[in-house]
Amino acid sequence: MYLGRVIGRVWSTVKNRALEGQRFLIVQPVTVDLAPTGKRIICTDSTGAGAGELIYWVRGKEASFPFLPDEPPTDTTIVGIVDSVHTAKPAQAPKMRKGR
Amino acid sequence: MLIARVVGELVATQKHPSHEGCKILLVQPLNLDGTDRGDAVVAFDAVDAGIGDRVLLATEGFSAMTAVGRPQSPIDMAVIGFIDEIELLPGVV
Repeated sequence: MYLGRVIGRVWSTVKNRALEGQRFLIVQPVTVDLAPTGKRIICTDSTGAGAGELIYWVRGKEASFPFLPDEPPTDTTIVGIVDSVHTAKPAQAPKMRKGR
Repeated sequence: MLIARVVGELVATQKHPSHEGCKILLVQPLNLDGTDRGDAVVAFDAVDAGIGDRVLLATEGFSAMTAVGRPQSPIDMAVIGFIDEIELLPGVV
């Protein structure tokens, strides 16, 4: 699986019948530091992810498994929405907002 | 399979039901000389690995699903072992 961020959406009316009802989201793969890396891809979605959310996606035949017994012809699917990432690096203190 | 190092852990509440109860790791694949090989990936943990461990990473669906014991689950990467030692022929870097 790979980390990514949802940055947009693709609409398609005419498509393979098995893909009907699927949402297509544009995902920007990110590094551990959440910096963009590599080219953007289109993923089907099994989690209800929305714009701007950090997610992880799966590639290959496994991408169709969340939709069993249907087998849509997809090769990348979002399978989880990431709440938080913990790394060995020291955590940065959140910036305080003033005037609130 | 790849050599990799565990660099982080990931928390996700909303995910595929078959992923419930499985530790999710951030794993950095490595070259033989220990340098980074591409970007870090998200892998499930089949051996109770932690941050800093050098591990063996399965990067294909069937092997990953089998290791985690969740068939027909959308999983394509799993940590399947710890690396104690790597031995190379002389002259190989």
